[in-house]
Amino acid sequence: MIHTLLLATQVLHAPHVDYVAILPELILIGGALLLMLGSSLSSSRPAPGTWSGFTVVVAAASIGASWYLWDQVSRHGPQETVHNAVAVDGFSTLFLILIGVALLLGSLVADGYLRREGLDGPEFYVLAMLSGAGGMFMSVANDLIVVFLGLETLSIALYVLAGYHTRRKESSEAAIKYFVLGAFSSAIFLYGIALVYGATGSTNLVSIATYLSQNVIVTNGILLAGIAMLIVGLGFKVAAAPFHNWSPDVYQGSPTPVTGYMAAVAKAAGFAGLLRVLFSAFGSMRTDWQPVIVVLAALTLVVGAVGAMVQTDVKRLLAYSSINHAGFVLVGLAAATTAGISGSLYYLFTYTFVVIGSFGVVSVVGRHGDGRHQLEDYRGLARRNPFLAAVFALLLLAQSGVPFTTGFLAKFYVISSAVQARSYPLAILSILTAVVGAYYYLRLIFIMYSSPAGEAEAVAVELMITDVAVSTGAGTTLVEEVDEVVVLAETEAGPPELEVPTSTALVLTLTGLFTVAFGLVPGTIVNFAHQATLLVH
Amino acid sequence: MMAALFPLLSVLHPVLAVPTIDRLVFAVCAVIVLSGALGVVLSSNPVYAALSLVLTLFGVAVLFVEEDAQFLAAVQVVVYAGAIVVLFLFVIMLLGVDRQESMRSERLPAQRPLALLLGLAALGELLALSRLTHWSTGPRGASGAPATGGGGNTAALARSIFTTYLLPFELTSLLLIIAVLAAVVLARRPGQHPIEPPALVETDDSNLPMPGPDPDEEIDGVRNVDAESIGFGGGRGPQ
Repeated sequence: MIHTLLLATQVLHAPHVDYVAILPELILIGGALLLMLGSSLSSSRPAPGTWSGFTVVVAAASIGASWYLWDQVSRHGPQETVHNAVAVDGFSTLFLILIGVALLLGSLVADGYLRREGLDGPEFYVLAMLSGAGGMFMSVANDLIVVFLGLETLSIALYVLAGYHTRRKESSEAAIKYFVLGAFSSAIFLYGIALVYGATGSTNLVSIATYLSQNVIVTNGILLAGIAMLIVGLGFKVAAAPFHNWSPDVYQGSPTPVTGYMAAVAKAAGFAGLLRVLFSAFGSMRTDWQPVIVVLAALTLVVGAVGAMVQTDVKRLLAYSSINHAGFVLVGLAAATTAGISGSLYYLFTYTFVVIGSFGVVSVVGRHGDGRHQLEDYRGLARRNPFLAAVFALLLLAQSGVPFTTGFLAKFYVISSAVQARSYPLAILSILTAVVGAYYYLRLIFIMYSSPAGEAEAVAVELMITDVAVSTGAGTTLVEEVDEVVVLAETEAGPPELEVPTSTALVLTLTGLFTVAFGLVPGTIVNFAHQATLLVH
Repeated sequence: MMAALFPLLSVLHPVLAVPTIDRLVFAVCAVIVLSGALGVVLSSNPVYAALSLVLTLFGVAVLFVEEDAQFLAAVQVVVYAGAIVVLFLFVIMLLGVDRQESMRSERLPAQRPLALLLGLAALGELLALSRLTHWSTGPRGASGAPATGGGGNTAALARSIFTTYLLPFELTSLLLIIAVLAAVVLARRPGQHPIEPPALVETDDSNLPMPGPDPDEEIDGVRNVDAESIGFGGGRGPQ
């Protein structure tokens, strides 16, 4: 008996684990465990901001480690490690840096919010770090099982974060909705893995690609069904139409900083998984999945743009606009060229800053209770708080793709990749939805820069908005109405001052500066995204 | 007539090729599994539903033994039939066994038949695909059985957990940490009374302003009436 046991131990060769290659993830996990342990051992409550500060430090360390890996990859080329379960290449390191940045900015925004809502506690940051680690594992995954576990780690932590504001009913509603639908989509994804394994005999992405290049599968129905299910599972995560239905409700109900973090990280990690699976494993089956992605991209663009037009809630509006953005990323993916992928990566990278900044503004304007998210709540924001309004206007302009912001180049790259790939209908559709997008972003900016609320004026402006666009005719109506309103507005006590926490102000400044600076001098990020398309083979 | 039967026969062909005893075990287990599954869905008493689930899980465990997957069979009984169903029963008991849940309140009337139809279509597709495709499930030995590298199924499972799937195996511990933390966060009682959502967001038919805990809410109420009077009271907006 003992003899057989000894034999068994001799047979087992534990794989070599290159800890440096998974250092960014390990730093986040270690930081999370340390925070959990430290906060449970310390008897006194630390100074406010300690937890958030710790998370920022951990995220910064993780970004540093990712940067080191990026440097290694550009010198020595991509590598696989931990029994080929992890791929360290330009592509994965870009996502590592992206998720680290999102965690850093997200925890800064969350600090002010949690303190205002009386929810401050270490659990939030522990969950945020663990979900970040999940997202990172998803983007370095070279094995479908690792993709799945990364997806689950990311999502389950996000379900809890969505329901973190336990005193708001909508927050719990969002958590349950996200959990039930997310679990369902995970099950579909898992079924897809099983079918792909059945068809190719491996869950390793590179092995699958090798198998497909060496064998000609005559009847590949199971494989195609598997790929379709993988696309559905990941399509849900990135909120691509027709799997987007959860996202407006969840974005609206979640605590606002969580919404920003979720929009950045879940989308990035989902796209990392989608790109990796489609290009690394099923690159040889491009003709089969490309039409599916084209249809998804077209639907996502249209649903996002049309949905955002009719929203009166800013968080829902941003949710639909993020669906539209997912459509643009899918356009780059649909092109299935190097230019397309690097366009998509550039889009995702710049969108991270824009979306966290935008939801940072929304979390301040939401005030105590996180309930003031109607378009009306933004009326006159420019007068009450010029800084908030200016940053939000800038970020919205970037989202609509105005030149000299990062958003313009992002849209330009994906659309030009579609043109290069000769998929003209998709390119035209993207341009059209960008025009529609300009309408709802500009409407919000216009509301922020109009005079503070008064009853009659509200009616006038609403009428004007329903009249579509900023036409001069409607403008004069407004001017006439404003005179009557001034008296009303003065009698009514204005809303109390908006308090912008220092940490949030820092995030807004950073995201604003990033958006303009790299809009004016795009070279660095473009190179970054371009080099990131090196996938392991 | 024969031509119509032909695809059916070709589907059944591999079933007919296996030895009688295996077929018998499969048939008995299939009946157990299916009747258990039907019991879960159809019983009106949640305790019966949970116990039917035990039946299904046991049937699947026997099927695992039949397929030479002894370890999986043990795990199936210990973890699923033992721990998880007991947990279900705890929850059901704590929430009240006698409470009747209405299953009839559905917004989309066509939902149920449509789900049935699409489910059956998906099942048919998968069955057809499984017959029409080439399966490639790992290396096989000379006798045609899966090559496990010696030591049988359990040893093979252990080997792949600690070599090929080492990272995924370790990653599951991360999920457990999140689960513990999630339970702490979500079970915590809110310190203050719940915040009522602004009327414009939540209610469809109420024109009354909601009184809130702080003076902010007063302004909220006024604003809501305004917004509704100009036709913006359409609830949470279109999907």
